[in-house]
Amino acid sequence: MPSLPLILVPRGIPSRTMAYLSPLLALVLTLLAGALLFWLLGKDPLVGLKVLLLDPIQNKRALSELLLKTIPLVLCALGLALCYRANIWNIGAEGQLLAGGLATGAVLVAFDTPDRALPGGLPLLFAILAGMAGGAGWASITAWLKDRFHANEILVSLMLTYIAQLLLMYAVNGPLKDPNGMNFPQSQVFSDAMLLPNLWPGTRLHIGFAVMLLLAFCMALFMSRSFRGFQLTVSGLAPAAARYAGFSARSALWLTLLLSGALAGLAGAFEVAGPIGQLLPSISPGYGFAAIIVAFVGRLHPLGTLLGGLLLSLFYLGGELAQSRLGLPAAMTGVFQGLLLFFLLACDTLIDYRLCRPASRRR
Amino acid sequence: MDALAPLLAASINAGTPLLLAALGLLINERSGVLNLGAEGVMLVAAAVGFMAGYHTQHALLGFLAAAAAGMLLASLFAWLTLVLVTNQVATGLALSIFGSGLSAFIGQAYVGLSLPTEVKGIPLLSHWPVLGPALFSQHWMAYATLLLCAGIAWFLFHTRAGLVLRAVGESPESAHALGYPVRRIRWLALLFGGACCGLAGAYLSLVYTPMWVEGLVAGRGWIALALTTFATWRPMRVLLGAWLFGGVTILQFHLQGMGVTLASQILSMLPYAATILVLVLMSRNPDWIRLNMPASLGKPFRPGSA
Repeated sequence: MPSLPLILVPRGIPSRTMAYLSPLLALVLTLLAGALLFWLLGKDPLVGLKVLLLDPIQNKRALSELLLKTIPLVLCALGLALCYRANIWNIGAEGQLLAGGLATGAVLVAFDTPDRALPGGLPLLFAILAGMAGGAGWASITAWLKDRFHANEILVSLMLTYIAQLLLMYAVNGPLKDPNGMNFPQSQVFSDAMLLPNLWPGTRLHIGFAVMLLLAFCMALFMSRSFRGFQLTVSGLAPAAARYAGFSARSALWLTLLLSGALAGLAGAFEVAGPIGQLLPSISPGYGFAAIIVAFVGRLHPLGTLLGGLLLSLFYLGGELAQSRLGLPAAMTGVFQGLLLFFLLACDTLIDYRLCRPASRRR
Repeated sequence: MDALAPLLAASINAGTPLLLAALGLLINERSGVLNLGAEGVMLVAAAVGFMAGYHTQHALLGFLAAAAAGMLLASLFAWLTLVLVTNQVATGLALSIFGSGLSAFIGQAYVGLSLPTEVKGIPLLSHWPVLGPALFSQHWMAYATLLLCAGIAWFLFHTRAGLVLRAVGESPESAHALGYPVRRIRWLALLFGGACCGLAGAYLSLVYTPMWVEGLVAGRGWIALALTTFATWRPMRVLLGAWLFGGVTILQFHLQGMGVTLASQILSMLPYAATILVLVLMSRNPDWIRLNMPASLGKPFRPGSA
């Protein structure tokens, strides 16, 4: 064991200050590591950081794209934060997102025909609801297998993500494939009337952003002000106390998984009925996994996930720009995401422990 | 029965990376550490192994580089979970996310390249007498993995060091009180697990496919994690489970060949669906799992805090 010049001493009471400072500290460390990475790759670190952090917010179009990408990230993270608070390790938000997107796409394919039977936004509403139901349904498999058979939710929800991806591939190669699409594995392009209304004229930002903000505030109220939210927090922090108080662990399991599934499904629905506008084999560049980081960066708090979502969205756009402007692989986004989570977990140690010099240790 | 031989051979080939990774994870979990980063470690090691194999033209050097990469990532995980006492589940997820990003990043220039057949060569065992096409047509690494499996079974249940490792996994407080260095033992277990996951990743990119593409591991790290539960943390049952899952992976190709009209995407779901099925069957009885599972699995331990 390498002996550190500093040792960790338990604080006794977790530090609230550190809980909020830790994400900032982690961000600074991630950027330092990123600068080092740019330097190792033979790029000017300052130019690299500018491309990553500033260029994605330099004009109206870029800013709107930043906000657009926060929608799926935050929606997934809101549900995950709820799950993790209740100590339910749902890591299959990606699969729930894909299932939701698939359901929305299927409904839109069914209704978006030349002889439209339903007027106005009704098909869109159906499609969005189908997306939420699809995500919740996908998550309910995990909940049921955990509830009935005690199957580990981490592994089940992750396996279901692979299955959802294959199901989507099957759908766009089979039943939902565009008959006039030159045999490409994708659905028809949905007509504008079927898509989400625009929120910011001249950009791709749709009203899903407003819905996301509303849901974040509702979720914040639910977690901090409702008895049910309190029950969930207690069953996560102290399962024994929750049991003693008569809080049902089963209903906590079902509630958190169904809610987070519905939110992830909504994220998928908004992608399909929003910026993508059709069903593709790849409707998400790993939003459901990045949302895990968003939830942790946001301190498992609904309003915190808004900030976390902005940051991870910035990494996505910055990674794309680093590819086009600096010729670096787009996979750098994943490296930055992983680094951020590592640094965050390391910094979170300072919430419960203090750094001390061995000599000044009081025991 | 002639048709069975290639099926069996292919199952063993597909099961070998699962076996390697699951054996490493078994040692991790026997010491009480749950490492959900296996998928990420396997991905990085697969990329590193392929790169090393491609440049040196030696499979062995590819495997060694991959094992080293696995140990490097495992020590990162060990430092976070053992020294900084971070949450093992979250840290493992971080390792998986980081690994999938890093592997895509470093491996990008190698997509589409192929290895010369020499790299797959068998330096020593190829001259052994061939008793049957099913069992003796494997890469030497597959046989080394079998030896490793037997070695781990012997180590865990017939040596003092194996007993200490299991003691650390059952009750780190007691092991600590008896004077055993719990953190150092867990650190070594994690290094061993990292090396195994590294070899497993390299087997995929050097022997099984053999090539590198983004996301090559395709969930095998997670399936290996499920295998340890399936095997109730016993090496010989891990062997059985790995070959069984190798068989399920192979089955999808044979079903297509046999004229099953299901879409290929549906058939590709088989290994993942089988994993869920196995988890459900094994977890049904929580008392039984509790009886077999290392008691301190996933719980952090800090000397002096208990």
